[in-house]
Amino acid sequence: MTPTRKKRLAIVALLVLGVGAAAAVAFTALNDNMLYFVSPTDVHAAAAPEDKQIRLGGLVAAGSVQRDPDSLSVRFTVTDGRHDVPVSFEGILPDLFREGQGVIAHGRLNQDGHFHANEVLARHDENYMPPEVMKSLESAGHPPEASKQ
Amino acid sequence: MSAELGQISLILALVLAALLSVLPLVGAQRGNEALMKLAPSLAIGQFVFLAGAFAALAVAFLRHDFTVSYVAMHSNLLLPWYYRLSAVWGSHEGSLLLWMLLLGGWMLAVAAFSRSVPRPFTARVLSVMGMISVGFLLFILFTSNPFERILPGPIDGRDLNPLLQDVGMIFHPPLLYMGYVGFAVAFAFAIAGLIGGKVERNWVRWSRPWTLAAWSFLTFGIALGSWWAYYELGWGGWWFWDPVENASFIPWLIGTALIHSQAVTEKRGAFPAWTVLLSIAAFSMSLLGTFLVRSGVLTSVHAFANDPERGLFILVFMGIVTGGALTLYALRAPRIMTGEGFDWVSRESALLLNNVFFTVSAAMVLLGTLYPLIIDFMGWGQISVGPPYFGAMFILLMTPVVLLVPLGPLTRWKRDGFMRVVRPLATAAIVSIVAALLVCAWLESWSLRAVTGWIGGFWLIGGAATFGLRTARASRSGLARHQWGMVLAHAGAGVFLIGAAMVEAHTFERDVRIAPGETVEAAGYRFTLHEVVEVKGPNWRADEARFSIHRGDREITRMAPQKRHYHRGGQTMTQVALKPGVFRDLYVAMGEELGESGAWSIRVHIKPFVRWIWGGAVLIGLGGLIAASDRRYRGKRKARESAPAAAEATA
Repeated sequence: MTPTRKKRLAIVALLVLGVGAAAAVAFTALNDNMLYFVSPTDVHAAAAPEDKQIRLGGLVAAGSVQRDPDSLSVRFTVTDGRHDVPVSFEGILPDLFREGQGVIAHGRLNQDGHFHANEVLARHDENYMPPEVMKSLESAGHPPEASKQ
Repeated sequence: MSAELGQISLILALVLAALLSVLPLVGAQRGNEALMKLAPSLAIGQFVFLAGAFAALAVAFLRHDFTVSYVAMHSNLLLPWYYRLSAVWGSHEGSLLLWMLLLGGWMLAVAAFSRSVPRPFTARVLSVMGMISVGFLLFILFTSNPFERILPGPIDGRDLNPLLQDVGMIFHPPLLYMGYVGFAVAFAFAIAGLIGGKVERNWVRWSRPWTLAAWSFLTFGIALGSWWAYYELGWGGWWFWDPVENASFIPWLIGTALIHSQAVTEKRGAFPAWTVLLSIAAFSMSLLGTFLVRSGVLTSVHAFANDPERGLFILVFMGIVTGGALTLYALRAPRIMTGEGFDWVSRESALLLNNVFFTVSAAMVLLGTLYPLIIDFMGWGQISVGPPYFGAMFILLMTPVVLLVPLGPLTRWKRDGFMRVVRPLATAAIVSIVAALLVCAWLESWSLRAVTGWIGGFWLIGGAATFGLRTARASRSGLARHQWGMVLAHAGAGVFLIGAAMVEAHTFERDVRIAPGETVEAAGYRFTLHEVVEVKGPNWRADEARFSIHRGDREITRMAPQKRHYHRGGQTMTQVALKPGVFRDLYVAMGEELGESGAWSIRVHIKPFVRWIWGGAVLIGLGGLIAASDRRYRGKRKARESAPAAAEATA
């Protein structure tokens, strides 16, 4: 092998090694930061992991929002038309949070099926329905009206 | 009436684009001067009709023509004229029209400013861009026609999404699209080079100012979007690693790699194939970004109501563009000449490292963005990837970049000694560490993130200054524009780093319940709520909270955040109150009224050095524009290798 070739080989080997290492780190980080999406039906079927950060999605049940006048605590129910999950949240809800509208909450599920949200997701557009929520509503047999326009 | 004119204009633009994509290319292949000469005229004609279509839509908005369904959906009688104008690109159909208009604008610029480039080459470039035009015009006409009528039209329209009724939103999409679309120029140059069969240094020199300009606009566009999200979304973040943000960030990362690899290819002839590949990748990623935003396959705070058919069209289009380009590349790449070799310690190596880190970062962001789609497609469930993945990976990949950036410009081409490069930076290194420690002592911020952020930031700024001073001393004429641009951009990266580190390390954030007369204490500032009153705007009414802010005994300022209720559409929106400052921002947003007591939930943030984030980004973008304006990219070059090109251009 000529010196130039040797050098090229070394560069390529280094690159492959580096990219391989980066990919390994990336996939580890990906798996650590994966958030599973669950629907109320999944929660009911005990298919949702407990005490792990997950994303719960569905519709905010009509008439379910209860606000504590003395603190920032809010309780509401997320439903997919078949099953309900009670959710509690401490903080400020996004502007487009409405009863009867789609919602995604990040948080943990405790043993008695109560969901503690630490983040409730906002959207940019009132007609928008997150694709996961759409799918879960459809599979529960309740396609939402709002998404048809 | 204007809608029909717009529609006809679009169709005529399509016809011209179709002619443009064929005739000059044939002319260039056959050496037919007459056909090649058609290219600039066709590009001008296309632009005129695109501008006509755009104007027609604008007129429909200004005149409240609600028989145009797009206008009826996104405007109403109460909307002020400036938001009616920006509503033209406020949603899918119109924003694609803007995309197209800007592509036409770039083509016009290429036609106008390519006198020093040989005619066959310009003809091929414009033909390739014509093909892209055809694709997008078909897309607009068949899936996203903004001129569609509804008869009879409603008496009043709905509303422009209130989030978009904002000055940031008037400028954000045009700037971002200028960048996205601008990469089409770099793409077209690379393809034209491949078609021409002789990819050499010249095409890279011609392509460089365009790539730099596009990349600068993209930088401004992303910065503006981040600033807008910061004050408009009401949660005070400046970057969310949201799929749509990533969609604009991936082309930026590739573009950053591209402008650096172009430097090597132009100056030394090294990595020519890689530069071609990056040119293709930058534009492909722009198309991918468009696909991700427009198809709505990903959950995103940015996602708008959407249509799978459109997504499919873009995906197919992207497949054709990328697939075609890569096939051409595979056929022609073996003919691409390779440059001279270089040593381990050399400018080439430094820029190679830059490229490795930036492309790997782009791949990392792409992986995290597409991972949910892959998992879903495989039927493994529905997941999303949390921001910590991106944050951790990005810091990991960018730390070596920050360390190496000051070394690069001081390294000689081909071969250099490590100590020769490092020695002049010793001062910068010592000064940056001492200065960083002093600043942290003064700010009393001893978190790891803040300290490393300051050291890194000062190191970048000091490194840029070292290069600038040494170069200015060495040459009689001072710094050339492209050197000024680089110094500014690298220093800007330092400013950005300081801002980002301080915001992430020391943001004070509190959500509280507050009633009139009460006071909230936040990091030495006292926020007192005096009253909540009702105020009225042109198309909304709002609850406005009146705060006074004290520090010590002194009143610093008054702030009045609002909760707006828009008449049409009935949407509610948080209007943040901001007190910006060089060293910190005060930020108050209203939540909601709590019961009947008159108390509200509010969000108070103190954001240290947050302006430095956008300030740094603006410096980076300005650096790019200054570099793009360097005289060496324009006019007749005296250098040996472009002499034939100049001769050909004047012939």
